[in-house]
Amino acid sequence: MKTMCRPLLGVTMALGLSTALPTLAQADELTLCWAAWDPANALVELSKDFTAQSGTQMKFEFVPWPNFADRILNELNSGGKLCDLLIGDSQWIGGSAENGYYVKLNDFFDKEGIKMSDFAEAAVNAYSTWPKGTPNYWALPAMGDANAWFYRKDWFSKPEIQAEFKAATGRDLAPPTTWDELLETAKFFNGKEIDGKKVYGAAIFTERASEGITMGATQALYPYGFKYENTTGKYDMDGAVNSEGAVKGLEAYKELYKCCTPPGYTDAYMGETLDAFKSGQAAMAMNWFAFFPGLAKDENVGGDKIGFFVNPKEATAASTLGGQGISVIANTDNMDGALAYVKWFAQPEVQKKWWQLGGYAVHNSVLNDPSFKDSQPFAADFLVAMNQVQDFWQEPSYAILLQAAQKRFHDYVVADQGTAKEALDGLVKDWTEIFEDEGKL
Amino acid sequence: MSVINSDTTILEKEPERAATSRPASLARRIGGLSDRAIAWLFITPTIALLLAINIFPLIWAVRLSFTNYRANRPNAVVESVGLQNYQRVLTDSDIWIAMQTTAHFVLWTIVLQTLIGFALAYLIDRKFRGHAFWTTVILIPMMLSPAVVGNFWRFLYQPQIGLFNYIVSYVTGVPPSSFEMLGSVSLAPWSIIIVDTWMWTPYVMLICLAGLRSIPDYIYEAAEVDRASAWRQFWSITIPMALPFIMLAVLFRGIENFKMFDMVMLLTGGGPGSTTEVASITLKREAFESWRTGRASAFAIILFVAVFGLANIYVKALNRVKQR
Repeated sequence: MKTMCRPLLGVTMALGLSTALPTLAQADELTLCWAAWDPANALVELSKDFTAQSGTQMKFEFVPWPNFADRILNELNSGGKLCDLLIGDSQWIGGSAENGYYVKLNDFFDKEGIKMSDFAEAAVNAYSTWPKGTPNYWALPAMGDANAWFYRKDWFSKPEIQAEFKAATGRDLAPPTTWDELLETAKFFNGKEIDGKKVYGAAIFTERASEGITMGATQALYPYGFKYENTTGKYDMDGAVNSEGAVKGLEAYKELYKCCTPPGYTDAYMGETLDAFKSGQAAMAMNWFAFFPGLAKDENVGGDKIGFFVNPKEATAASTLGGQGISVIANTDNMDGALAYVKWFAQPEVQKKWWQLGGYAVHNSVLNDPSFKDSQPFAADFLVAMNQVQDFWQEPSYAILLQAAQKRFHDYVVADQGTAKEALDGLVKDWTEIFEDEGKL
Repeated sequence: MSVINSDTTILEKEPERAATSRPASLARRIGGLSDRAIAWLFITPTIALLLAINIFPLIWAVRLSFTNYRANRPNAVVESVGLQNYQRVLTDSDIWIAMQTTAHFVLWTIVLQTLIGFALAYLIDRKFRGHAFWTTVILIPMMLSPAVVGNFWRFLYQPQIGLFNYIVSYVTGVPPSSFEMLGSVSLAPWSIIIVDTWMWTPYVMLICLAGLRSIPDYIYEAAEVDRASAWRQFWSITIPMALPFIMLAVLFRGIENFKMFDMVMLLTGGGPGSTTEVASITLKREAFESWRTGRASAFAIILFVAVFGLANIYVKALNRVKQR
């Protein structure tokens, strides 16, 4: 038996040591989880200052967007200890607050003198509060974001194209300010040959699996008057979700998809729309502000060749909200370190550097700085967008609500099934069933 | 004779000696444990692993299927809901559509893979010059990872730069960008069937080849003596004798495609709309995106019972064919 016992003892000790060592290392180490995209690189750079000041080593777990929700929500649900800090999507806040995944930060903010009034109101409401509109804070606004548009400024500036557009539409060629203009401009460019290459009107979000088509379609729905409820907090959706305006909005999105997107863009999200634009296929494209610093610097389509515009209005002005707040995970082994990071991040000078590096700070000291609007070619649009943002449900059941929307929108827009009215009526039915299951209806 | 007898005795005794000496020596080394105890010692880890990763989750899933449990609400009270989850799954029109999509996919992939796989096996069995090389070439697709296959077929199907569209365009004269294999409601299901057939036909071919090579030559020789035509030999000898192997291939591919997930997810993600949403994708969405764990468990149990039941019926049929 001795010969069997020795290897067993060795394996047990090795396992014990391998699990104990990370715990020992955690005392002066923090792991921050976020999505893998351009601003994450800026945060790595920014966090070097925190390490220099505090001596705490920063580790990062960046997950590609299509898997971000799956990966991180599984981590939270299973009580994992991967993340000490999480920059989680705005829609997760309801569930994470109610399930006790995030630390409530009110007492900490009071103790450290961190005031939410120092941050943009829309950002605080979207990224920090649950229940919505109440002063219960579960995150510090970290990254303001909204869905917006960019276009080929060099094409829009060509005299022959301008003349042709004027002759065709009777107005000057300029970035669209309404959805009607957006459709008209996209149709004008679609199929045109520019610089010896066939181009298309617009690249938009159509992705089915995660949140893509919902984030794209709501960019049309909100300006046309789509609302989630008739009365806030009552979950009375009939007549709001499927209103006449909402139907027109969804029809407009489908029209844009059908008329003017490049072939093969039936399952496109952030990466694909960027590809379409960077490869010179699309005259206009939608994407999150987070990507704009990178686009502005792009060797092929950046600089003077690119322009930006905020989501066109229709019945009202509105943009789909992106962005996230930074939260402390409740079961972290390094609570003091995590809170110290949040305190450091909230400082105005850190927020200024965050913006300079390519992160979207929403601290008023940054946004109200007179030089802010001219600091980047898209900075002024960012301010406009952040004042008109609307977000998807932030309910604990947001994931089911989102899946229902993904299915209804993709079935109608991409798969040509039924009418816009039927899609939105179906959505009211799905969402009603979900809220009934939740005991909210 | 005595030499022969002596050798026979030694040969007869050798296995007996080998069989008795090893356990005795092993037992001595492990401290006088009985044969049965040693057997249990070796089997226990496997049984424990099997119970932990197969049987326990199955029993746990059955239990969850009768509750309103949600994996993303660990603090919520878990209540028994009786048969409500089963009733909801069985009356959900979306799930029935997903089952129809799965049936369409399973049916066509099996038909195509069996026909093409058997035809290839029949050709390879002719043992023409270089047949070993071509066998290896044909087997390459099934050696690839489904993730790799899914990703590169996405590029092949790309309407603007994809090779598939260009080949179709070259043959038919239709402009390559005028049709989207993955984005069209009518073409997307077929695009997945084509990829699955391309990848797994070699597997069916291998099994069929084993069947063809198991047919003794003397049966064909006897048929030739009886002046049976090649056509008659094919229908009266080849097909009946290879049938158990063909049925086995159909069983394996049927079970595998019934739970197909990776390829569909990579190629279309279930879209456009829900056109290619097979049952396993619906199940994944229900379990890990909607987080209705109880309902997803009920759906998984229904799928398990369906596959298990169908496979059992099929195996009985297979046994009857083998006995003929």
